[in-house]
Amino acid sequence: MKLLQFFAANGSYILDKVGEHLYLTGIAVLLACAVGIPVGFLITNNKRMASIVVGIANTIQTIPSLALFAFAISVFGIGADNAIFALFLYALLPIIKNTLIGIRNVSPTMIEAARGMGMSRAQIMFQVEVPLAISVIMGGVRIATVTAIGIATIATLIGAGGLGQLIYQGIGMMNYEMIFAGAICSAALALLADFLLGLVEKKLTSKGLSKHMNRAKAQ
Amino acid sequence: MIRLEKVRKTYDGQKNIVDDLDFEIRSGELVVLVGESGCGKTTTMKMINRLIEPDGGDIFIDGQNIKSFNKNELRRNIGYVIQDIGLFPHLTVRKNVSVVPLLCKKDKAEVDRYVEELLRLVNLPPEEYADRYPGELSGGQQQRVGFARALANNPDIILMDEPFSALDPITREQLQNELLSLQEELHKTIVFVTHDIDEAIKLGDRIAVMSEGRIIQFDTPEEILKFPVNSFVESFVGKDRLWKKPEFLKAEDVMNTKVVTIGQNRSVAHAIELMKMHNTDVLVVVDKPTESSGKILGIVGTNRFKGVGDNTIKMKDIMKSDFPRISKDMCLVDVLKIRKQSDTLYSPVMDENDRVVGIITNASIISVLTKYIPDREDY
Repeated sequence: MKLLQFFAANGSYILDKVGEHLYLTGIAVLLACAVGIPVGFLITNNKRMASIVVGIANTIQTIPSLALFAFAISVFGIGADNAIFALFLYALLPIIKNTLIGIRNVSPTMIEAARGMGMSRAQIMFQVEVPLAISVIMGGVRIATVTAIGIATIATLIGAGGLGQLIYQGIGMMNYEMIFAGAICSAALALLADFLLGLVEKKLTSKGLSKHMNRAKAQ
Repeated sequence: MIRLEKVRKTYDGQKNIVDDLDFEIRSGELVVLVGESGCGKTTTMKMINRLIEPDGGDIFIDGQNIKSFNKNELRRNIGYVIQDIGLFPHLTVRKNVSVVPLLCKKDKAEVDRYVEELLRLVNLPPEEYADRYPGELSGGQQQRVGFARALANNPDIILMDEPFSALDPITREQLQNELLSLQEELHKTIVFVTHDIDEAIKLGDRIAVMSEGRIIQFDTPEEILKFPVNSFVESFVGKDRLWKKPEFLKAEDVMNTKVVTIGQNRSVAHAIELMKMHNTDVLVVVDKPTESSGKILGIVGTNRFKGVGDNTIKMKDIMKSDFPRISKDMCLVDVLKIRKQSDTLYSPVMDENDRVVGIITNASIISVLTKYIPDREDY
């Protein structure tokens, strides 16, 4: 009951925080897509490069988030830029890795057929590889987004705002409603983002690739 | 027309996968490259659409070196059908077939119309199949789409890389027959790769038997079956192959070419004399016995002389003129059928001008067939 009252009384404040949170994660994930997907593509044909790039992304992933925020202060100072940079780094790995796996899983037969039909490298990429790998790539984007939304709650500690601010303020003031409001909102945001991206993934994936189709083929 | 000149492909700079190939494929011809795996047949085929670049030699299409074409342009104008079919699972049948013409920026409405026509051609009614996905089709249906896709840009040349080998035997046979009847209609230049000699014999206008990167024999199925150039070809096609494909034996292969002719106005006495002289019991009555252009009028066997004492009776009075007409390129199966129906001992064989070129008797058939005795003992 008290929680609802808190929501009612601080609606616009909470919405502000949700907005900040979305801004941080949204920009970070979009940047990660803009960098990660092309990189994933570029390294598919080069095993050495692939292992180096994935290795670096893996290393970044192992750095504790608070430590990464702290490192980034030396470059970006305190504030949203710092948080976006760190979130961007975290989002890279799942996006690069899934793009790599998705493209590598496209059967060589498909590529051979496409080449034999006279498709250029770019046409093969956009008309064959991307459509066939899109659900795996989108899977990576979903993981990256959910992770980023979670980690972004810590970003308040370097002055980037977001829903984490509610949680930490609440802890400081022993205000449980405030803590829960922040926690519930960030959890809900993660679930909602995952759900919406799931819809996008479904929309982007051809009906011909659904499991139902493969079952029909097996019969 | 496709011409290969001294085409060579080397792997690891050592072994020649394809070794100085020289051959020509005529327009509208279905040529089968056949051989065991690793003989270079697929490599040869893929060099025609430059999926593989030769290390030496040149390939010409209608006189133009294919190196002078843009690779992708070249491939768009050559149909390509592969063993694993390779339809794009994320595209509907219609879109799969439209890929190449749309790459060539053809008018969309026109492409649509043509695609439907093609689907009808390969027995997939567009109303039912055009908007399905490959995953919803059987293997045979998928390969039909694969073939429609190869035809979509209306290419003169189609390359087929073991297109039927992943299908079950019944579907395979069905698709082979459909390919043959389509080819009657379309007259494409088709290069067909297979390891299956039966398929090669069934489909090929000409067959190139390959081994170790070379063409061992390049000829019609009939010639390869009847006259394998060496023991390799013979064992590859199988010595008993002719027994399975008796339609490749023609009347001219089983006839006796020793024919004794007689003029239509000669007497019985003269006929008997001729028979004695040539040690034969059948004469062919022709209009001009002295010239090689004499047309056949009838046949006279010894049984025709029975009760004939009158010396004024001429050949034209007693000859059998209602004998069945057998042309020299009629196949053995039909010859046997006709001989059985008409119950004749002697069947004259004639060329297109009604000139007699030989005569078929039971003895002549048997003597030919014994040449092709299969090497297996259980026959």
